[in-house]
Amino acid sequence: MKFALKILKDFPAFLWSGWGAVASILLFIALWDSGNQVYGDLVLPSPLETFKTLHAMLNDANVIAEIKTTLYRASVGFGISLLFGTALGLLAGFFATASMMSRPIVTILVGMPPIAWIVLAMIWFGMGDETVIFTVIVASFPIIFVGALQGTRTLDGDLKEMAKSFGFPWHMKFLDVYFPHIFSYVFPAWVSALGMAWKIVIMAELLATSDGIGASLATARSQLDTPTALAIVTIMIGSLMFIEYIILEPIKREVELWRD
Amino acid sequence: MERLEVKGLNHSFGFTKILHDINFTLNKGEVLSIVGPSGGGKTTLLHLCADLLDVEEGSVKNTFLSTAFAFQEPRLLPWKNVIDNISLALIAKGEKKSEAIKKSQEIALRFGLEEDDFDKFPKDLSGGMKQRVSFARALVTKPSLLFLDEPFSALDIGLKKELQSVLIDMISKKELSVLFITHDLMEAIRLSDEMLLLKADPGHIVKKFKFDIVQNQRDDKYVYGKSAEILQDSEIINTFELELKS
Repeated sequence: MKFALKILKDFPAFLWSGWGAVASILLFIALWDSGNQVYGDLVLPSPLETFKTLHAMLNDANVIAEIKTTLYRASVGFGISLLFGTALGLLAGFFATASMMSRPIVTILVGMPPIAWIVLAMIWFGMGDETVIFTVIVASFPIIFVGALQGTRTLDGDLKEMAKSFGFPWHMKFLDVYFPHIFSYVFPAWVSALGMAWKIVIMAELLATSDGIGASLATARSQLDTPTALAIVTIMIGSLMFIEYIILEPIKREVELWRD
Repeated sequence: MERLEVKGLNHSFGFTKILHDINFTLNKGEVLSIVGPSGGGKTTLLHLCADLLDVEEGSVKNTFLSTAFAFQEPRLLPWKNVIDNISLALIAKGEKKSEAIKKSQEIALRFGLEEDDFDKFPKDLSGGMKQRVSFARALVTKPSLLFLDEPFSALDIGLKKELQSVLIDMISKKELSVLFITHDLMEAIRLSDEMLLLKADPGHIVKKFKFDIVQNQRDDKYVYGKSAEILQDSEIINTFELELKS
């Protein structure tokens, strides 16, 4: 509770520190506009036109429904990865044999390109929610798993010994000695897995479904509707930036205050 | 009577024998030091006494009511500030949090930390400050037996003396028994009632020295005089292989 309050208290200062980021985004938009002036509307619509399309889309109930579909798929997939990836990663980290055995499997999961998973999932599950959710899980699970595994594998033996010498009861060992360390590995893994999930969900939808933002992107492509395509990209990037910079970054700062 | 009794203690890691037939007794209010060259099994012996390692052969009987450990490195939790690090030792003993924090602040001040430092994380402290916190954490629970694993070895002489005098103060009041290991003879002479000389390969006790004057009356002259005397001892020369270097 105290922790949450501190995050809120530091939030305005954090926002104020974002002017640099705003400036660089505006610079990027300026570059984009000059690109539009060189190549014309069909290849690269102007930022203004894109934002107008975006505005119209966000007022359209159909588009909102598509966004909700995509959000649902991404959250289910990410949620499952989060739950099982963290639990299994922690478990594997506590046993030397399990962590040794899981390594090659994780390498296979990470090394296999998501596009190959999509193809397999389409064969296994057909065109629908399951395919997309499966692909999201397969892409984000290993990231979380490895984070949790590393967190438990790298627990400091010296600190464990210290805890033992002071006779810490088990709940203190867990909350004060293990948890902060593990969390400092798991939390960044969650953040990158979330980014991954959000990218993969669009890709899977584009190839495997007829609804969701990804499918809208496919439609825009077939109709050469560049403004809509760019507006969708803006939605994706905007939402990712919002989650990452407005929600996760302040938490991360607070959590990692003790780090060098 | 609280005491630590070690009898016929042997210990091996794999096929390497680390300790051979260690016997000693530490009574309440005494300071026992174990000196010897690095890698001689001192830390292993201390860990066995402090129940951080399981005894394989022989026995370690510890009837002291409470113990604490100060390590060679401070071993502070990096995600806890100074006061939280100290108070954890009390909270682990079942003390209430508010009370623990109050006591921690008092002892932190006694060990030369300032109020500005209380909220700092270990990363923002100097090596000496961290060691002060580590000492405060070990002593805040008022243990009747304190284990020290060369805690002064990385400190400058000023801080070394300062922390030692806090210890000597507690020892003179008979509040505290200490078992400590060191490779610094002068440190052992300044602090201990009895000094055991541990020779390596495998670690075994070759000689015991006793110091009769109470700690707070040992001045520099006494410590230097005793050091010079002990350095002439053939067992010391042999154990630390001094003749090879001179």
